[in-house]
Order: sequence, then C-alpha cells, then structure tokens
Amino acid sequence: MSKLLATLLGLLLALACTPASAAQLPKDSVYALPLPLVDQDGRAFDWRERRGKAQLVSMFYTSCQYICPLIVDSGKAIERQLSASERARLGLLLISMDPARDTPAALAKVATQRKLDATRWTLARPRPQDVRSIAGLLGIRYRLLEDGEFNHTSALVLLDAEGRIIARTERMGSRPDPEFLAAVKRALATD
Amino acid sequence: MRRLAALLLLLPLAGLAAGVGEYVKLPGGAFRTALKYEDRTGPTRIAPFEMMRTPVSNARFLAFVRKHPQWRRDRVASVMAEPRYLSHWAGATTLGDAVRPEQPVVQVSWFAAQAYCEAEGARLPTWDEWEYAAAADETRRDARRDPRWRERILSWYSRPSNAALQRVGLQAPNAYGVQDLHGLVWEWTEDASALMIAEDNRNQGDADNARFCGAGALSMDDRDNYAVLMRVAMLSSLGARDTTANMGFRCVKDLP
Repeated sequence: MSKLLATLLGLLLALACTPASAAQLPKDSVYALPLPLVDQDGRAFDWRERRGKAQLVSMFYTSCQYICPLIVDSGKAIERQLSASERARLGLLLISMDPARDTPAALAKVATQRKLDATRWTLARPRPQDVRSIAGLLGIRYRLLEDGEFNHTSALVLLDAEGRIIARTERMGSRPDPEFLAAVKRALATD
Repeated sequence: MRRLAALLLLLPLAGLAAGVGEYVKLPGGAFRTALKYEDRTGPTRIAPFEMMRTPVSNARFLAFVRKHPQWRRDRVASVMAEPRYLSHWAGATTLGDAVRPEQPVVQVSWFAAQAYCEAEGARLPTWDEWEYAAAADETRRDARRDPRWRERILSWYSRPSNAALQRVGLQAPNAYGVQDLHGLVWEWTEDASALMIAEDNRNQGDADNARFCGAGALSMDDRDNYAVLMRVAMLSSLGARDTTANMGFRCVKDLP
C-alpha cells in the first residue's frame, strides 16, 4: 500500500515537474539561443532557465564609466514604479559585453556598490563567442575600442515569460520611459 | 522535358564546382582601412587567415539546412531569421527551378550565416579581414587607389538588383585567389553590428550621440571609396535577423 502511495506520489511529482519547460518554445522566443552564463556569485546557469518569468534584459560592462551606470539606473527606475508583488514577478538580467574582464568578482562589486537586490537582479558574463549573438537578439550594436572601452548602443528589453521580446526602450536614466513602463506593468499583470 | 533541360544545364557545373567551398590562404599584415576610427591610429594588423574562394552557394546551404533542420525556413526561430529567410527557394528543402544550385545563397540572416560557418569549423570574417581581402584586384593586393578599378566596382552597384544572380566563381580570382568579393552579392561579416555609422550618411558629423556610449563612432577616411562606404552603410543598417535578396556570405578560418 505504501509502495503504491509512493509510486502515485512519484507520478504526481513527475507531472508537477513537467511545466512550461517541456512545452515547445514559441518560435519568436529568444530562448532559442542556448546561452550559458556565470553570475555574480560564480553560479553557472543557462538563460533559458529564466523561462516562466518576465525579464528585463540589457547588456553592459563593469568598467564603463558613462552609460552603463545609467542602464542600472534605468532598471532601478522601472522597479521603483512597481508594487512589491509586481517586483517579485520580474527578473532583471544584465549581460556583460566584456566577458574577458567581467569576472564574477567584478560583477559582484557592481551589484554591491549599486545595492542591487540579488533576489531579482542577476549580473552575468557569457562565453566570449556568444556576445555578438546575444547583442544580435537584443538589437544592440557594439565595438571594442583600442583602449578597452566599448562603443555601444544601450537598450532595455522586456521579455515575457516565454522569452518573447514585447517591448524595448533606448531611453536611459532615472526617469522611466512611460510607454515602456506601461508595457512592463501589462506583462506583469497578465503573467 | 523542362526538368531534363535543367539537368543538362547543370552537368557542366560538376567541373566548375571544384573551386567552390575551397579556402585560400591570405598572408595578413598591416592594412590601412578606408574607414576612420576615432580610437584607432595607424594601420590595422591582420593575422594570416584562410578565406572561402567564393561565397556559399545555394547547393551548399541546402546541404547544411538538410543536415541541421533547425535552419529550415519552416522551423527556424523567428528571432534568428525574418520571414523572408530563404523565401526565394521553392520549399524548405528544395531550391526549385528558379534558383540555381551554384548561385550564391541570399536571403540569409547573420545568425544563419554564423551557424553555417560554425558547422564548417569556421567563422564569418571580421570587417577588417573582409575589407583587406576586397582591396585586391586581379594583380595587386591593394588596388584601391586605381580609379579604373573603383569604376568597375561602382558599375556593379549601378546595375539593377532584380536581375538573376550569376553563379559563384565566374569572376577572375583576385591577387589572393579569392573570387566574387565585388560584383556579385553583399556579404555578412562577424562584426557587422560593430559598424555603427548614422543611418543617413549625410549626417555623419552630427550623429545622435546619445545612441552610442563613448567616442569611437565611424566615419569614412577615404571618401572616394564609395564601394566600401556602401558596404558599411548596408551592414550598419541591418539587424542580425534581417535578410535581403542580395546579401550572402562566405566563411574564414584562422591559420595557426
């Protein structure tokens, strides 16, 4: 009897553990690209694990003095406009375009300095060979300069739970782009 | 009957195809680009590399798509290829009568081109490598100062782009043995998205600086070199999932 119960429980668990991940990815999901990343704690993961939750995604690099701090500001500005329950349903992912120098330690330093809540914010570095592909998916252009800085465009990209790009803004800074903010709120309301 | 005729037409290609897909060695060295990089002074160092003699043909891309079905036009992720991807082929795995196997493949996105090269154990050329290889004519490694050579390239640009594309490998090899760098199709580069110039070249001086972080925007150092200017304008206007009716690609490999 207990054996049967265990089997049944096992079956139930198996069913419960086959959520969205087993379902087919929509054709317009950026998660079509397998993307191994390492975060500010040195933890390795694939961005496809983020499926199931809306994400705010951008690219940056830690030694950037000018625009990249503004990218963090932009994410924080959006967060400030959200309710606690909305905030809890949004992930923020900043992917480095400078994996050679953005070690987990360098990423952790920015996370600490900028007081980023680790339950929501992930700063991560990709493999060098993946940087152009991520940038291509997110519509970000960049070039490594002779002095080690990058010339790049900046964007905040909103992904729905399935990894579909549903909004995008190039307006950076502490005053959120109203249309973009509205899209974030809509995404969190329907999730 | 029509099919038989098509088959007969294809027969002589067996011999021609010998050079298709081959790589030729380029020595590299110091190269002066026609672009003006605010951050770069002096010539660019190009490491030795191998480059495909011709752009990738429909036949070769079809073989790739059959082997890697995730790149079929009916299965590809739409974030990696827009709806026009391979739209000129008759079907997902058939070229049809209107598309010749030895024409360069076009309507391919950057992602698809990248995946093809990766499957070959190769990569897309960087812009530097492409510009360096394309500076040569049949006899000189750098023919860019020759007005007649520039005229020849520009006369291609003025041809209507709705005419059927020629086969790959019909043009005479350049000084390195590479063919079709001009006069056939535009070609993707690995760092196409690094070519950041204003969409409208007339506004070069007052680009929207807010779009870019830091200095280092591009402009033309050699304003007479329209051929390069047009390539850069083309690449800088495309996203990685975009395809066009005259955009193809070729791959390169590093040399030890």
